[in-house]
This record gives sequence, C-alpha cells and structure tokens, in this order.
Amino acid sequence: MKPAAFAYHRPESRAQALALLAEHGDEAKIISGGQSLVPAMNFRLARPPILIDINAIPGMDDIREEGGTLVIGARCRHAHFEKPVSSAPIGLLLSRVAANIAHTPIRSRGSFGGSLSHADPASEWCCVARGLEAELVAESTTGRRTIPAAAFFQTIFTTALRPDELLTEIRLPLFGPGWHCGFAEYARRAGDFALAMAVVACRVEGGVIREARVGLGGIASTPVTSPEAVAVLLGQAPSPALFLAAGQAGADATSPDGDIHASGEYRQDLVRAMIRRALTQAFA
Amino acid sequence: MDAPLTWIGRNIPRLEDPALVRGEGRFVADIAVGSRAVVFLRSPVAAGVIKAIEKPELPPGALIITGEDVATLKPIVPRLARFNYVPIEQPILPRTRVHYVGQPVAAIVAATQREAEDIADQIFLDIEPEEAVVDLDLAAAPGAPIVHPMAPTNTIVEGRIRTPGLEAAFAGATVVELDIRSRRQNASPMETRGGHAAYDRASGRVSLHASVQMPHMLRTGITDCIGMPEADLRVVAPDVGGGFGQKMSLFPEYVLLVWLARRYRSTFAWIEDRRENLIASAHSRDQHHKVRAAFDDQGVMRGLDVEILANIGAFSCYPTTCGVEPLMALAEYAGPYKVAEYGAHARGITTNTAVMAPYRGVSRPVISFALERLMEVAAKRLGLDPIELRRRNLVTQFPHRTPTNMMLDEASYLETMEKAVEVAGLPAFRAEQAAAHAQGRYLGIGFSVINERTGYGTPAFAARSMEITPGYERVEICMTPSGEVEARIGASPHGQGLRTALAQIIAEETGVDVARIRIIHGDTDRTPYGWGTFASRSLVISGGASKLAAAKLAVKLKRAAAVLLQGEESQVRLEGGMALLPGGASISLDAIARTVYHSAGPISEKIGYDLNEAATYDPEGTFSNACHVAVVEVDTETGGTKILRYIVVEDAGRLINPMIVDGQVQGGVAQGIGNALLEEIIYDADGNILTGSFADFIPPTMAEIPPIEVHHLATLTGASVLEAKGVGEGGAIAAPAAVINAICDALEPFGIQLFDMPATPQRVRAAIRTAEETSP
Ligand SMILES: Cc1cc2nc3c(=O)[nH]c(=O)nc-3n(C[C@H](O)[C@H](O)[C@H](O)COP(=O)(O)OP(=O)(O)OC[C@H]3O[C@@H](n4cnc5c(N)ncnc54)[C@H](O)[C@@H]3O)c2cc1C
Repeated sequence: MKPAAFAYHRPESRAQALALLAEHGDEAKIISGGQSLVPAMNFRLARPPILIDINAIPGMDDIREEGGTLVIGARCRHAHFEKPVSSAPIGLLLSRVAANIAHTPIRSRGSFGGSLSHADPASEWCCVARGLEAELVAESTTGRRTIPAAAFFQTIFTTALRPDELLTEIRLPLFGPGWHCGFAEYARRAGDFALAMAVVACRVEGGVIREARVGLGGIASTPVTSPEAVAVLLGQAPSPALFLAAGQAGADATSPDGDIHASGEYRQDLVRAMIRRALTQAFA
Repeated sequence: MDAPLTWIGRNIPRLEDPALVRGEGRFVADIAVGSRAVVFLRSPVAAGVIKAIEKPELPPGALIITGEDVATLKPIVPRLARFNYVPIEQPILPRTRVHYVGQPVAAIVAATQREAEDIADQIFLDIEPEEAVVDLDLAAAPGAPIVHPMAPTNTIVEGRIRTPGLEAAFAGATVVELDIRSRRQNASPMETRGGHAAYDRASGRVSLHASVQMPHMLRTGITDCIGMPEADLRVVAPDVGGGFGQKMSLFPEYVLLVWLARRYRSTFAWIEDRRENLIASAHSRDQHHKVRAAFDDQGVMRGLDVEILANIGAFSCYPTTCGVEPLMALAEYAGPYKVAEYGAHARGITTNTAVMAPYRGVSRPVISFALERLMEVAAKRLGLDPIELRRRNLVTQFPHRTPTNMMLDEASYLETMEKAVEVAGLPAFRAEQAAAHAQGRYLGIGFSVINERTGYGTPAFAARSMEITPGYERVEICMTPSGEVEARIGASPHGQGLRTALAQIIAEETGVDVARIRIIHGDTDRTPYGWGTFASRSLVISGGASKLAAAKLAVKLKRAAAVLLQGEESQVRLEGGMALLPGGASISLDAIARTVYHSAGPISEKIGYDLNEAATYDPEGTFSNACHVAVVEVDTETGGTKILRYIVVEDAGRLINPMIVDGQVQGGVAQGIGNALLEEIIYDADGNILTGSFADFIPPTMAEIPPIEVHHLATLTGASVLEAKGVGEGGAIAAPAAVINAICDALEPFGIQLFDMPATPQRVRAAIRTAEETSP
C-alpha cells in the first residue's frame, strides 16, 4: 500500500497553481487535505503523475460574509466549522454537519473544497452544497466562472470542474431571520460515511412554511434535492406529522442504490427518517 | 508458617507497558526497517487455472518468485487421524491453480516495498477463471462446483455423535427449532502479520522474526516444508500486537521468507498491509447451525440435536486443522447446560474463500448465540421466564460429565447468573423499559451464560485426533549469580500481559520482587519447546509450570539458606528477597545466589552447583464461566442499536492480576460487540471480497463500546495448580448472545426474533419492516 511514483509541486500563489494546472491538465491532481486522495493513491486506485499542493497558497482558507452570502475558501478545513463560523442560521447548521464528518484527525486536514471536488455522494458538504443551492467558483488561467451546485455534481467522483480548473470558493446562503435549518444522517459507526443524510432549510412566515430546501446524500451517484418533500412542506405549519409526511414523500420519490451496508429498500427507510429528523432539529 | 500472600491478586502495573507507551516496543516492522522488501502478488480470481505469469524486466537486485521456482517446497498439510478427514494440500505458491482471491501467487523482492509494488503492477497474470463456490450452503449442496478433486462433496472433515436415547427424548416433548447463521469474521489484530528472515552466513542459520503466536510450532512447520534441519532455523516472536488466533497458523508467506533467506543468503522482510490482512490472512466463524431441542413440561432440556456447517475456506489451517471450528462445536455445544441426550453432525466445507483459522472463542460465540437464543425462544414457548428456564437447566453439580465426555470442574454457572440479575436490577429495568416504550423508545436487556474451556493440555487435543497434539508447557527457571530470576517459557504472549502475571506467580513462590524477574519468551533459541498462546491457556498452563518450577527453585534456595544460616530447611521462609528463620536470622537471596555459584563449598552437596530448575505442566483443563448482561436501545427507524450498559459477572477462579483479567474481559467483549453488530466479511458470488478495508469491514471504535462493568466470583478449582482459570476468550464468547438477546427483548412488541449475526441495522430494520407490514 504505497503510492505509485509522482512528481510534486507546491506553488506559493494562486497564479502559479493555475499555471501548473494549465500546463499539466489531465496529468495533474490538486492535493488539498489529502484525506481522500492519499488513501486512493495508497490503494493505487489513483495514480496521478503530478501533484499540485495548494497548502502554501495564502488566502485559500478565508471565510467571509458578503451580503446574504457566506463565502468559504476552498481549503477551509472541516474542523474550522465545528464552532459556528457565522451567527446566521448557516453557522449553526454547518457546525452540526461538521461533527458528522469522519474523525478529528481527518477533520483537521480535510477541506470543504476538497470534499466538493472529490464529489463522494456520501459527503456531508456535497449534500449541503446541493441541498442548499450553493454556488461554486472555479478559476483557471482563462478566467473565473460560477457553477451552481445543481450543475457541479455530475456523477460519483465526477464534477463539472475542467482539468485546468481550481475550485476556489463556495458560496452558501446565510439564511436570515425566519429560516430554520437542520441536518441528520445515519452512519454505522461514529465517523463513518453515512448510509443516508438529509439537510433542510425552511423559511417560516405567519406560522407557515413559505420556502423550503431539502437535500439528500448517500443514496445516489450525486447528492440530490427532494422537490417532493418540499412540496409537502410548503404552505403548511410545522408539526411532527408534517415532518413525517415530508419524509415519506421524500422517501417514496427516491429509488436509492444498494450496497453491502444498505439495500435500496433500507436506504429508503433511512431517507424518510433523516428528513423527519432534520426537520425536527430545524424546528426544535 | 506460610508466607503471606503478597504478589498474587495484586494489580501490579504491567511490566510490558513502559516500553510500549514510550514507543520503544520492538515489533517486526521495527526490526525490518531497511531490509529488502517482499511483496506478494495475490490471486485476483477465486478459482482458476494459471496459464502464464509474464514477468516484466527487473531492476538490479529485484526478484520474482513463482510456484515453478519453489516446486521443491512441500505443501502445508495438517492431519487429523480420526473423523472423516481429507488431507488437502496448500501449496506455498501454486503452480497450476488458484483457490481463493488473495492466495499468494508470486513473491516480489525489491529494495523497498514501493518498488516491489511497482513491479507487481507490471506482472501480467493470466489465469483462466473457473466457476467458484463461495457460499457455505451452496458448497454443501449436492452438485456444487468442486473445490478440491480429493473432496468431491466439498466436505473436508465430518464428525458425528449420537447418544442412544436421543429419539426418545424428543417423543412427546416441546420441540424448539432454530436456524442459526453466523457471518464471516476477521480477528483484526492491531498489528498485521509480518516476518523478517535473516541469513547468517557464518552458521548457515536463518533467524525469522515474525508476528506469531506459536514460534516453536512455526519452526517445525516451516522446516518440514523446506526440508531443512529444524536446528538451522531460529524463530522469534518479538513484541506482538495482538493475534486472537489469527497468528497461530502456519502461512505460506513465512515458509517463503525463510526459503528466500537460505536461497539468496540474505535478509528479507514482509510486512502485511491491512488490505492483505482482511483479504488473505485468516477468517473465521462462517457457520450455519440447525438446532433442535426437546423440553419436558417442567422446562428441562431432555435432548439437543444439532447440525453444524462450517465454511473452512480453501485450505485446512495448520496445526489445528479445519476441524477446529466444526469439531469444537460438536464437542462443546451444550455449554453450561445439562443435556442428557445429545446428537451432533458437524461438517467442515471447503469453498473458494480465504482459509478459516481459530479466532478468539473459535466456535463458541456461535454456540452460545444458539443456546442463549434457544433459552429465550423456548421460554416463550413454555410460558416460562427465560431466567427461570436457565435455572432449571444450568449445571449445578460438579464435576459434571458432558455427553461428549468432557469433565466440567467446579464452577458457578447459576451463581454468576443470579448475581448478574441482581447487579442489572432486573425489576427496575422492566419499569424503565415500560416507561420508555410509552414514549416510543425501545429498550431491551439480554443475558448470556457461558462456560469457557481453558487451560487444556494434550489429553483434550488427543481427543480431537490431531496428528500434532499441543498442550503441555515447560518453564525453565534460573536464579542468576546476582539474584535475578530468569524464566524461559514455551508459551509466547501476544500482548496479554503474561510477563507480569508469570512474574507475580514466581515472586509469590520465591519472595523475589517482580521487578527482578525476567520472563524470556518467544525465541526458539532461548526457550524450551512449547505451544505459544491460544485457547485461554497461557496463564493456567505456563503459569502452572512457572509455579511448579519456582517452587522447586524455592526448595533449593531454602536448602541453601538452611546450610548458610545453620537452621532447619523446613523453617526457612522466603520473603522480600530474603531467606528468614523464625529466630530472626536471615540472608539475602542475592547472597545465597553468589555463594551457590562462586563459593559453592558445602552447599553443592545439598543442591548442586546451580540454581536452575524446570517443570512441565499438562493439565486436563478447567472451565471458567460468566454471565453477561447487555442493555440496549434499538432505534426502530434505522435499525441501529446503542448499548447503554454492559455488565459481566465472571468467575475465573483465583485472579493473579485482576486488572489484567478485567482487560481480557473488556477486550473480548469489545470484539464480541463487533461480532454482534458490525463485523462481516462479505464475498460476492464470484468470490471477490467486498470488505477490503476498515471502511467496509467495520470493527467497533471507542464510540461503539460502552463502559464494561466487571464483577468477579471466585470458584477455586483443583483442576489448575494455581486454582486459576483462563479468561482469554470468554468476553468474546458471551457478548454476541447478550447483545442480540437484548435487541430481541427491545423488539418484543414487534415479536421479532433474530438468528443471524451480526444483527446489522439493515437486518434489524428489515425485521421491523416485515413486522410493521404484517401486523397492521
Ligand atoms: C477514514 C475516513 C473517513 C472519512 N469520513 C468522511 C465522512 O464521513 N464524510 C465526508 O464527507 N468525508 C469523509 N472523509 C473524506 C474527507 O472528508 C476528505 O477530507 C474529503 O473528502 C476530501 O477533502 P480533502 O481536502 O482531503 O481533499 P483531497 O484528498 O486533497 O482531494 C480530493 C480530490 O479533490 C481534488 N481537489 C481537492 N481540492 C481541490 C480544489 N480546490 N480544486 C480542484 N480539485 C480539488 C483532488 O485533486 C482530489 O481529486 C473520510 C476520510 C477518511 C480517510
């Protein structure tokens, strides 16, 4: 379990990194936290001839608020979110989510942008990005573009990023007053990739839900949204019965993949439970 | 006057630990640093014919060794004399066929592991796949693909027993039938396998340092395969990071390392990685039992009839043979229960999967799962409380002869259970359970009563008809001229703190402080022939031999002291490093030692010229016992189980070091919890293994293991010279049944009974879903 040989670059600026990417394209891989890439290399499932390490580039782990948006630098470590990064509802939500990602050592290296670029369908950050309709900023020597999460995740381990592009920022709504956010997942052991997860955000006005977002992870080749669950929620007053109904609608509309840990049928049960629990948490 | 008990029964901090916690332990991988690396290319297919192994061009110094290169090596063929046994042969490297995914096909040598893996990448392995048989029941069914032509029904070992009154016992009785499934496990020692073979050009000898449990046996096995003098091989087990049985067996990799060292007069090292360990080391407990039990109207079990199938994998493990699982199940099925009439039919079935070998508890976690599920299900059928049903069936008169002729020595099956019921606060729990249920929460409690056959010597293994009959242990003890005690033992600890426990035993006999006692182990050049560590034997047998040898040394010391102090030998007391006479005369043991070696004079007439003694111990065996209680909450939405409380009431007789005993119990329970809830090696139908990392084969972590309360009873047995019983496996044996019984108790409102382990969330949820769908 030793990686195949590779060349290693450690650029000290974003421009240098982009130039290296432009030069090597397909041959090169970015290494951020290394928590997915290095295991894959050790198993020799990934054999990138060139690694471009972005850890020496200043500013890639900044976090700031811009209007109603939280802007997360791609190299922000998971552990950074364990305490809320914002006083808006998104801050608390992200801290609840972060607690579910892997274990302390992995959280202190693994990065938000690394998770999105890796696009594991059971990644919590991917589920959050998709469910809460994040925008992702990619840069290359030819320019900068913003990709909506819906277009970013293409299939398992595959994103809309071009080989010469670096993911630099993730933009999430802060969610202002009236918004309630929640997250729930089920994993076999503490820190394992979840078998299913749900993220929800609802805006309540006049006692009824006016806007809702529901994202699901771990059940298909990409994270998905659940318009069916949203449809059940809209216009209704939050209640345990409503949460269960939303969960049921969400579960009925999915036909999850099965694997050795969870059959499709079992995952459907989990989807129902996780939507219900995420909603319960949001309104607790 | 007897010496007061000073050393036995004390929680002496483990003598092993300072080095380990400082990171100064010496494991094989520490010794291997800088050596040429060996990497094994392993079969990617479960069954097939080797057509070609195309080798790439090699860098200088690199080697590729295939079956053709080692055609002179004899295969590994353990034998069983009685029973129906087919002696299948495991090649060191195959020349014609592969039999499981992970079987070593070639050895690659290079300067580093990475370079060897680079070469392995470039080897083109042309294997024509054949139909594989993987599933235990399919392999046992008529018409299944045949794994070894010598065994046309895939049955490698078969045993039967039937008492004459079995049929009659079932007539008119309440008959309870269970179908018990146990899924495949991996022992997952923290340190994987590994070896370092160094050739000594001057002597022509090879030293193999390897992470193993049976160094002497391994030496015999390797030299038999190579056809070399046993004296030309030294095997050393340095610090070993756990084994749990997985490191008992002889593996082809070790034979090949020694062969390489001799053939190339050089040094080679192989350190197994985790993926290899999960795929290609040894598995266990892929079993299917059909159980029938007959109860009379008083709830007394009159008859027990079991059909046992065990998946033994592609080959038979050496030295225990693949009989180890099915024949143990056949011999020990009744556990702590009385059963007058007994029948068992046990078969070991070969498949295209990794080799089965012993794992902590061997078949007993499955047996106890079956028996303890039986008690619950039968109680329900009979309208009795399951604790009451156990009361009526536990053995309470000792010694007790089992239907398979085992002698159960004095134990406390009933007492441990009663104590466990009391500690658990059963009535209070029932109230708490009802209150929780009213809120839609599902709590449950589960009991499991076990006995654990420990410390058994050659008679027990002879009964199994193994060609190789392990069991005795020898200890050679010596006081040095400066007064330290060295004990050379044939046993070989793999992390359980044996050095500390043996030092306490020797200290007790000789009055020498444990800090001045050195236990020398695991080195065939420095220790007497012995059987290493397995089967909860080391403390009872090697500890027993230590006591006997130390007692002889004590006699010598007293005799010498009597001469030097001009007193009566019978009045000499050894304590605190001194020999003391009642009148106050005393001499230090150090001074005695100096005198014996350097100024022997008149002492030599009494004791000779040295302070060496030795003893061998070969007991029949003694049964420890325990009752475990698990309290769980089942999440009915996810099928997940959380263990809220775990209680063990253990009876291991006299405890030498209670802290070490508790550690054994707790570690065993942790593995048992993994067995009950999490761990399962999974193959697809073609024999590809789907659980090749700890992301898929999932042992419990700290978060899944609750605090484990351990309580002790102490039945002192004459079956062990220390009055101590073994405790190595009990935790792992009892825990699965306790946990799964607790889950079934929690799910009582759904009427759910589980017979398949592990009780994964997926399986539990499926049972709940079925119950929800069938009852409106
Ligand atoms: C034992 C274990 C358990 C884990 N459990 C979980 C879990 O429960 N949930 C979870 O979500 N994750 C889990 N992970 C994965 C972990 O969170 C990773 O950190 C994460 O998936 C990848 O982030 P990284 O920064 O480590 O990326 P890296 O491993 O460095 O990179 C991953 C991939 O993304 C690419 N990449 C990285 N950054 C960029 C960028 N800025 N632009 C373009 N491409 C980029 C790399 O080239 C590579 O292909 C686990 C990992 C381990 C080892």
